[in-house]
Amino acid sequence: MRPLRSDRGRTRPATAPVALKLLVAGGFGAGKTTLVGAVSEIRPLRTEELLTEAGRPVDDTSGVEGKRTTTVAMDFGRITLREDLVLYLFGTPGQDRFWFLWDELARGALGAVVLADTRRLQDCFAAVDYFERRGIPFTLAVNCFDGAERYPEEDVRDALDLDPGVPVILCDAREKESVKGVLVSVVEQRFAELAQQAG
Amino acid sequence: MTAGLTGDGSGDGDVRWYDDAAGPVVRPYAMTRGRTRSADGAGLDLIAVVVAEDPAEHPGAAHALADQTLSPEHLDIAELTRDMPRSVAELAAGLDLPVGVVRVLVGDLLDAGLVRVTRPVPPAELPDESILREVIHGLRAL
Ligand SMILES: Nc1nc2c(ncn2[C@@H]2O[C@H](COP(=O)(O)OP(=O)(O)OP(=O)(O)O)[C@@H](O)[C@H]2O)c(=O)[nH]1
Ligand SMILES: [Mg+2]
Repeated sequence: MRPLRSDRGRTRPATAPVALKLLVAGGFGAGKTTLVGAVSEIRPLRTEELLTEAGRPVDDTSGVEGKRTTTVAMDFGRITLREDLVLYLFGTPGQDRFWFLWDELARGALGAVVLADTRRLQDCFAAVDYFERRGIPFTLAVNCFDGAERYPEEDVRDALDLDPGVPVILCDAREKESVKGVLVSVVEQRFAELAQQAG
Repeated sequence: MTAGLTGDGSGDGDVRWYDDAAGPVVRPYAMTRGRTRSADGAGLDLIAVVVAEDPAEHPGAAHALADQTLSPEHLDIAELTRDMPRSVAELAAGLDLPVGVVRVLVGDLLDAGLVRVTRPVPPAELPDESILREVIHGLRAL
């Protein structure tokens, strides 16, 4: 992301751009940060959350004794598609105790990428489940780590019990072209959904 | 500014930082120890876009700018959005402030008439086909 600095000579666009978002989920070390960084200038985004000892967010009205604030950092990238069209990427925090954050992130999201590491496929079960339940279109991107065994797409699909409609794409999160393909496949699902509704 | 947030949160070491860093206007945030839902900017979506208002059309805004109640962080946000419209998330990441703090600050600026905020496309009405087509083309052209 370019440094935020004011450019006084610039005339302010009259209208705000259309802002859209995609989520990038996946297990610990699956390549989320790498993927967001491959297609956008990336910055960490911080939220401060008040957690109970159990790690759940605290309600506004509840007492605050014994509660603590924790900082949750996520990956955040901006892709300027056109002056008036911006796509934001949010790398969702992986730990289970931050799941409540996903609800805000998922609200209004175009869709999601679930990154899978074939050495630890089970790490993305929770993310797959989350998006399935909410009807949020997602693409399962299998990150091809060096030294990891290559599994045929069908094996991954079976292991994760994916819907036939969910695209499974082998990708390299370090490669821009590869990541572009994954993002396009997410948006294409939304597009197909709309086209279908239109009849 | 925010009714119901009159408690004194100054005893909590964890939240003091905000008072020092962002001035007294963020005290409601500090007092709620991170819960900002009752503040004006609290409902702002992460990708709600903050647009600077034209001070010429908003006399109250110029007044607020001259007023000493705005912290340096308020002025940073006002200036950045004058440069170009930016989302709440982008402001937070760019200024290295937590999202909750930025929501409160943007809420203050809304009150002062210095900015306006566009809601992101709500989930019930995701962008139409033509926008999605633009997104797909735009991504391919990256
Ligand atoms: N060979 C290979 N290595 C990758 C790929 N994607 C990521 N890596 C490497 O894997 C490591 C972890 O990647 P990250 O992007 O940090 O993963 P993450 O999901 O952000 O990790 P956490 O935030 O810790 O959960 C880094 O050393 C990357 O360089 C890939 O597609 N292929
Ligand atoms: Mg990471």
